Amino acid sequence: MKEKKNYSRLAATVLVGSLALTACSAGSGGTSSEGSAENTSVTVALTGEPVNLDFTTTAGAAIPQALMSNVYEGLVEIDQEGKIQPLLAESWELSNGNKTYTFKLREGATFSNGEAFTADDVKFSIERVQSDDWVSSLKTKMEIVDSVDVLSDSEVAITLKQPSNAWLFDMGTLVGAMFDPSGVDELASTAIGTGPYEIDAWNRGQSIELATRDDYWGEKPQVEKVSLRYFADAVATTNALQSGDVDVVYNMQSPELLSRFESNDKYQVLDGTSNGEIVLSMNNKKAPFDDKRVRQAVMYAIDRQAVVDTAWNGYGTVVGGPVPTTDPYYEDLNDIYPYDPEKAKALLKEAGAENLQITFKVPTRPYATAVSEIVVSQLADVGIDAKIESSEFPAVWLDEVFTKHDYQMSVVLAVESRDVLAMFNNPDYYLGYDNSGIEELAAKADAADEAGYVDGMKKVVRTIVDDAAADTLFIFPNIVVAKAEVTGIPANSVTEALDMTNIGWK
Amino acid sequence: MGIRLLINLARFVVTYVIATVAVFLFMRAIPGDPAQIALGVNATPELLAKTRAEFGTDRPLIVQYFDWALGLPTGNFGTSYVTRQDISPLIVDRVQVSLILVLLAMVLALAIAIPFGTYAAVKHRNPSGIIVSGISQVGVAIPNFLAGILLVVVFAVGLGWLPANGWTPPGEDFGDFISRVVLPVLALASVQGAILTRYVRSAVMEVMNEDYLRTARSKGLGKLESLIKHGLRNASIPVLTVTSVQLAALIIGAVVIERVFVIPGLGSMLLDAVGNRDLLTVQSVVMVLVAITLIINLVVDVLYTILDPRIRKGA
Repeated sequence: MKEKKNYSRLAATVLVGSLALTACSAGSGGTSSEGSAENTSVTVALTGEPVNLDFTTTAGAAIPQALMSNVYEGLVEIDQEGKIQPLLAESWELSNGNKTYTFKLREGATFSNGEAFTADDVKFSIERVQSDDWVSSLKTKMEIVDSVDVLSDSEVAITLKQPSNAWLFDMGTLVGAMFDPSGVDELASTAIGTGPYEIDAWNRGQSIELATRDDYWGEKPQVEKVSLRYFADAVATTNALQSGDVDVVYNMQSPELLSRFESNDKYQVLDGTSNGEIVLSMNNKKAPFDDKRVRQAVMYAIDRQAVVDTAWNGYGTVVGGPVPTTDPYYEDLNDIYPYDPEKAKALLKEAGAENLQITFKVPTRPYATAVSEIVVSQLADVGIDAKIESSEFPAVWLDEVFTKHDYQMSVVLAVESRDVLAMFNNPDYYLGYDNSGIEELAAKADAADEAGYVDGMKKVVRTIVDDAAADTLFIFPNIVVAKAEVTGIPANSVTEALDMTNIGWK
Repeated sequence: MGIRLLINLARFVVTYVIATVAVFLFMRAIPGDPAQIALGVNATPELLAKTRAEFGTDRPLIVQYFDWALGLPTGNFGTSYVTRQDISPLIVDRVQVSLILVLLAMVLALAIAIPFGTYAAVKHRNPSGIIVSGISQVGVAIPNFLAGILLVVVFAVGLGWLPANGWTPPGEDFGDFISRVVLPVLALASVQGAILTRYVRSAVMEVMNEDYLRTARSKGLGKLESLIKHGLRNASIPVLTVTSVQLAALIIGAVVIERVFVIPGLGSMLLDAVGNRDLLTVQSVVMVLVAITLIINLVVDVLYTILDPRIRKGA
């Protein structure tokens, strides 16, 4: 009996001991509670954690959202209105028939590893995008660069193969991020940039902690720490906001949860815009949507305002074309295909496509499932029987719809900035749009002066919409819910970056 | 006992090897190309080919299988496609979190189940015993994620007593650890406790009908006294069996609870990896779960022989 007791005591000791041991190291860092530190730190809730920190090899918006503007900076940046502003370059001049940009660099900028930022880094960074080290598909945006010449430590001349309006904008996105040659060895886990923050800790599965740099060249952010906390879904983010764990919920993807915040003085709800378009895609190369009249019928059949009101609680902007409101060539194109079910029926009759049956591949994302129900019911009103087939996003959707083009209709949020040409000026893209009518127009517009660029792109976009290439249902809203005292939240999401430079407290 | 252990070990190895094949083939059978997901939209065929070569997913399946499976015994699970880092240390980090959660939940569940189950058995004719039994019946019917959501709605969002989600390692800030771990552990333990209560109740009732208890009571021992002295050891064997099965179920249940409470354990790692088609990570996490389950079975088998000398001698 006595011996047995000892055994159980031993077992208990071992159990407690091992628990205590695991306890010491488990979870690697964690969620720091604020309390008194509230004025020196801000916690932002996001959905979709970066899988690594290397956007040069890994796609997706999560990595540049956390790092661009905060850790990495470019020569220029895109402001909240979509305009190009100086950042690491103080100024620039165009010469050589608008082909050469000569940038004057800011003095005193340093990387977080202590190295000075010079013209050599500009050359290194741009040439690295062109090299095999970058495997992101966005690298094509640097193909237009012919040469990078270092004129002095603070002056660099970049010569393009032909004039391009799009290129300077792209320099404000992630392909324009400036790297230090000694800071690119472990991009997947270490980010070294010139920005106001550096990564203090990354607690995988939980949060990225940003800390203000003491040696930042520009104005220091108001707060010392920004914690980006990652959640699986919108409900978890608003729960965390209500229980006081987070201060800001950025890009909230569940508008039906907003009502309790809209009516409460303790919170603010910002209805910003984004560069994401909800695109109802129709396979232009496959029956029945290879017939322009059938595509037009879909455009007339869908009441886009009703889609926004029903699916997304009225948040989001109905624009009628695949261009976000912050792009310079944006215009309201809703009048081209107004809601007109009778016209839709007539077009379907003309095309001999009455009692049409189609499959509608819907990615497993909240916006897509929300939108699909109302779209299906509106299509049914004009005699199109759309059968919803759920498609796991991203894995299955990318495979079936995007790569194999095995679909008739789908709907997806296209998030890349200024992506209208990427989507429509390539007949091999999954939309399969015949770009012969826009190819030349687009090339001319890119090479023209700024006014010519805007005019030319407007023509391109009108042609795309006239051809009913796809139905842009609405521009995705960037909904932000925050404690009322938080200031400096960038409400508009114009590039991938979530710029935390100005965030602070009242 | 030695032979019994050897047979069990052999069974362990065979089951494990079969599981590696099954998991590997299953992950190849589902659609989705890891390289395509890593590169996203606009990826060119050249970039895709290059990335596939880098991941090694362009090699024959048999080569990929052995490359991965032979690393398992040494703890080398390979490099993740998405994090681009060694998988083993990431798993070690996550498995601790899950184990803390599951063990705390199991201890709490047993702390609920043993007294209440015994009470419900002893008082099975009294209204109080029937009420306990009825409550446990309701508990069994609630999925634990629902219990989790309800707890969050009431105690975090409604009353504001506790944080809604998140995780702090106990070594970093013990108070914060407790405040964050209470709700997920309750969510897991309440449902498990209800299930176990039912098993404890039936095990104890069975023992109470045995001849030796009747003998003990006829010799003058009280109901409870006779049960504790003569019944508990016999009742503990079926309870142990169920506990081991439920422990495995609890680990699976934790996958969902970790999602609800945003806890960086194995479960959330597994779900993320499936979404990203991070094949090697999925395979490795599943094999860790398989190993844990098999180890529980081994340990329980050893415990049987300690509890019941007949099993020891029978082998």
